[in-house]
Amino acid sequence: MDERIVLQAEHVNKSFHDPVTIPVLKDVSLTIKKGEFVSVTGKSGCGKSTLLYILSTMDTDYEGDLYIGGQAMRGRTEKQLARVRNESIGFVFQFHYLLNEFTVLENVMLPGLKLGIHSEVEVKDLAMDRLNTLGIQSLAAKKANQLSGGEKQRVAIARALINSPSIVMCDEPTGNLDKKNSLIVFDIFKKLAEENKQTLLVVTHDQEFAQNTHRTIEMEDGRIIKQ
Amino acid sequence: MNVRLIIRIAKALLLARWKQTLVAAIGVTFSITMFITLLSFMTGLNDLLDGLILNRTAHIRLFNEIKPNLDQPINQSKDYQGSYNFIRSIKSGNSRQEIYNSQAIMQALRKDNRVTGVAPKITAQVFFNDGSIDITGVINGIDAREESSLFHFSDYVTQGNPLDIQNVSNSIILGKGLAAKLLANIGDVVLVTTAKQQQFSLKVVGFFQSGLQELDKVQSYASIGTTQKILGKPSDYITDIQLKMVDVNQAPPVAKEFAKLFNADAEDIQTANSQFETGSSVRSLISYSVGIVLLIVAGFGIYNILNMMIYEKMDSIAILKATGFSGLDVNRIFLVIALSIGFFGGLLGLFFGFLLSMLIDQIPFNTPSLPTIRTYPINYNPAFYLIASIFSLVTTYLAGWAPSRKASKVDPVIIIRGK
Repeated sequence: MDERIVLQAEHVNKSFHDPVTIPVLKDVSLTIKKGEFVSVTGKSGCGKSTLLYILSTMDTDYEGDLYIGGQAMRGRTEKQLARVRNESIGFVFQFHYLLNEFTVLENVMLPGLKLGIHSEVEVKDLAMDRLNTLGIQSLAAKKANQLSGGEKQRVAIARALINSPSIVMCDEPTGNLDKKNSLIVFDIFKKLAEENKQTLLVVTHDQEFAQNTHRTIEMEDGRIIKQ
Repeated sequence: MNVRLIIRIAKALLLARWKQTLVAAIGVTFSITMFITLLSFMTGLNDLLDGLILNRTAHIRLFNEIKPNLDQPINQSKDYQGSYNFIRSIKSGNSRQEIYNSQAIMQALRKDNRVTGVAPKITAQVFFNDGSIDITGVINGIDAREESSLFHFSDYVTQGNPLDIQNVSNSIILGKGLAAKLLANIGDVVLVTTAKQQQFSLKVVGFFQSGLQELDKVQSYASIGTTQKILGKPSDYITDIQLKMVDVNQAPPVAKEFAKLFNADAEDIQTANSQFETGSSVRSLISYSVGIVLLIVAGFGIYNILNMMIYEKMDSIAILKATGFSGLDVNRIFLVIALSIGFFGGLLGLFFGFLLSMLIDQIPFNTPSLPTIRTYPINYNPAFYLIASIFSLVTTYLAGWAPSRKASKVDPVIIIRGK
């Protein structure tokens, strides 16, 4: 297998069974190489979010095969998949999902502490480094619920980057932000992709956003119509 | 590292909703407090009531029972060796009530390291003569010093000095009820008639009150020597030897052993007073049940609060799972929350339970039947505190089990998609 392939999905099918069986993904195959900045677009309900949840290993109810870093994800236990998410995947959601009980710095540190490779001091340095990169180091000591939406999303990006993941997955990262903040977030992604060679997979319905990425995957009715 | 992280997250979640946490912890504190107090008080009372009888009862009593000889002459006859011999209307023989060779037995027993103390005793049935009326009574011939050290005799002598029966010749300590019947005061002389129709005058040197009125109406105490004189017996005449054991539970087998060894009857405390054991165990059972019910109620409180917390924290659970925490980690986080409520609530409960017990211990409690008791009895047994802390952890663990399981099963996709 090609060393440069970060993520590969082969013939992925998925249906919802409640109350009648509705296929949502039909024979989806895609490959993402290291350093690519890929966006997935399509109309609402075309299955792009569903695909992202399968690729992120959170949804295990599908047919077909998924490889992350060349490793097959099928047949793994919930604990092993959690480890994969912790180690290799960074997440950014539409609704920023920070833990309000913790400070910004602690939010960023949590996945790093969970990984358990570095000491707490080292994880703290890494987290500050990520916050510096995103220009929000001044927010480190604030509680998560004291931030604005744009700030929260940047913290979420910093958290996604803490373990230097092989891929960062984003679900409508700008969907809940105003124009100005959307631009800031996009610039961050662009910078990550170009300067840090960070692999990014972004699900969005923002056409302007999609056009500015390296590669756009278009979906319709559960199929990929253009990659 | 993982454990510390889990505890850290649990702590943050707990402190974020500190009011709820406090309510849950107060529930545990309250039930542990009540559990400790209830058990300490109930057991204190149990010990008091048992002590009424058991403190004054020998662990093993050696005596000779009047009973028909089991080895009747016909059984010894060679002619009837092979047959069943039915004998009717056997009478007890002229067997002696005294223990044969009592001095040697007592010496042997004092050397036995399973025995903490030995006290001789003679019981004599007498009539107390009050004018034309005869009142039946019992004179117990005792060694006042031994009796006090082994059976707390001096505690129950409410007036007079217990040692006077040794020092004043022909003296007696009367039960309070008996003294009232005889209208006898200290210094008075009472007249007794033995079963063999001999009359004696005895000087009253004290009163005793056992707490059991029926007993006080018939019992009286004199020295061994005085009692032997009343009965017209020699100075080695002893009818009972009372033993205190190092380990009470050893009494039944040791009693059997001594019965065989000394060729006498032996009765152990468990057989003689089985009803007290039953009473105590039922009372303990009731207090334990009430305590456990209190804890279960507190457990339901914790269950509710954890359930609510999980609904509130669905987003946080989803994000933890998305960023690499497994279901097991989430499960542990909520279990740690439940257990820390149990731990800290329980710890406070132990403290308040101790305080409340001390408070009850100060409340005056005077009753004529219990002369040695001034305040309500409390038993500060560390075992209750141990049981209470184990219970508080177990209950909170069980209360947290189902909600934690639920939290670990939260599907992050549903939460993230549901927004």
